[in-house]
Amino acid sequence: MIPLIVVLAVLALVALVTVIAYNRLVRRRNQVDNAWSQIDVQLKRRLDLIPNLVETVKGYAAHERETLDAVVRARNAALAAPSTPAAQGEADTILTGALRQLFALNEAYPDLKANQNFLALQEELTATEGRVSYARQFYNDSVLSFNTSLETFPTLLLARMLGFSKRDYFEAEEGAKQPPQVSF
Amino acid sequence: MLELITANKRRSALLIAAFALVTVAVGLLVGLLVGKGLLVTLIALGVAAAMSAVSYWKADAIALAVSRAVPADPVEYRRLHNLVEGLCIASGLPKPRVYVVNDPAPNAFATGRNPKHAALAVTTGLLERMNRVELEGVVAHELSHIRNYDILVSTLAVTLVGAVALVSELTIRMMWWNGGRVRRAGDRDNTGNPVAVVGFAMLAIAPLFARMMQAAVSRQRETLADVSACHMTRYPPGLVAALEKLRDDTTVTHSATSATAHLWIEQPLSGVGDSGRLGWLHRMYSTHPPIEERIALLREL
Repeated sequence: MIPLIVVLAVLALVALVTVIAYNRLVRRRNQVDNAWSQIDVQLKRRLDLIPNLVETVKGYAAHERETLDAVVRARNAALAAPSTPAAQGEADTILTGALRQLFALNEAYPDLKANQNFLALQEELTATEGRVSYARQFYNDSVLSFNTSLETFPTLLLARMLGFSKRDYFEAEEGAKQPPQVSF
Repeated sequence: MLELITANKRRSALLIAAFALVTVAVGLLVGLLVGKGLLVTLIALGVAAAMSAVSYWKADAIALAVSRAVPADPVEYRRLHNLVEGLCIASGLPKPRVYVVNDPAPNAFATGRNPKHAALAVTTGLLERMNRVELEGVVAHELSHIRNYDILVSTLAVTLVGAVALVSELTIRMMWWNGGRVRRAGDRDNTGNPVAVVGFAMLAIAPLFARMMQAAVSRQRETLADVSACHMTRYPPGLVAALEKLRDDTTVTHSATSATAHLWIEQPLSGVGDSGRLGWLHRMYSTHPPIEERIALLREL
């Protein structure tokens, strides 16, 4: 009689631990997936802001065609780039570089610098760059949390059985590690 | 940084447990002196909890009303909103309501019973003085308070203080009415009991001690918020620069009271100095760690 109760108690305990572990893994994996999509949302937001910026600058500095065109080209390239991290990262770097050139223009055109629209757009773009990095940071934090649950005891034992596997971190592309070149 | 955060959280739990133990000890003392210790403690806890429940539930509305905060216009305070949104993405928090307090002294606070019902306020003085990264550091500190459920923690602490105060009051009165005797089964003696004197003294000090523990908890949560903020922004120099500016600024805020003092990022009440002969006593009741210590800790990160 007693051994039966002990066995049942142990089984119940194992079941409980498994359920808790499974739920935790599901929660964390879903957060990882959500965080990944968030990065795309912020990148898209940045791309959407650019046409507005170009139009504002055109009003004051129409003969800076080269710089403006570079930005438009870079934006279109980013939109069209394949979804692999490598291609995205490269398009990203080129776009950031072109934007820096564009913002450097305000040094030469004081009217542009004072333009409220331009300032507001500058703030928005800075904020959006921040959002993109924070989204990536959150993704990496979520992956850290998920991978840590996977690799710690006792969830470790159940993870493979339950069908969970490690996720990769987002890493900056080699190109992105170099600061963009700014020339006046 | 993550280890620091875990260590801080552990210290927090220990402090609160110690605090709870103190409350239990007071209850036991009461039991020793007048009997019915458990009943008195439970009643006191119940009353204190009921009083705290209202303040906890309406924490955000109360704090905002007391400080006369107005909702921050998204166009006028675009940068502030952008910073809050960016940090909410970094931490996975829902965006709190953002308020501005018209006050020349630089300060900020966060309130709300959980991240879904949270509010964040900054003073106009802060917005004027801080640049972008410093403002971001301050906002990150406040969001960390929300994320770490600090309002819940401080309500717990305040409830325990209230309970200890109530228990002491009740017991002292019961003993007083009883002629200073200690009622014990089989006690026929009418003379005073030395235990009663000691008991009186301890009960009188208990609320002071409880308040000291509450301040210790508050200081510890502030440190946790500082470290969490740096983890959120991944840029400690931002918050360090902000704290340095706060240290060097001597404007006194008019929008804080002793009730809301613990919510603000920096000690808002004047006269609570850390120097002087009773400096150590002030420091024990201070809701915030000394600003030099906070800066030194963050520089280590």
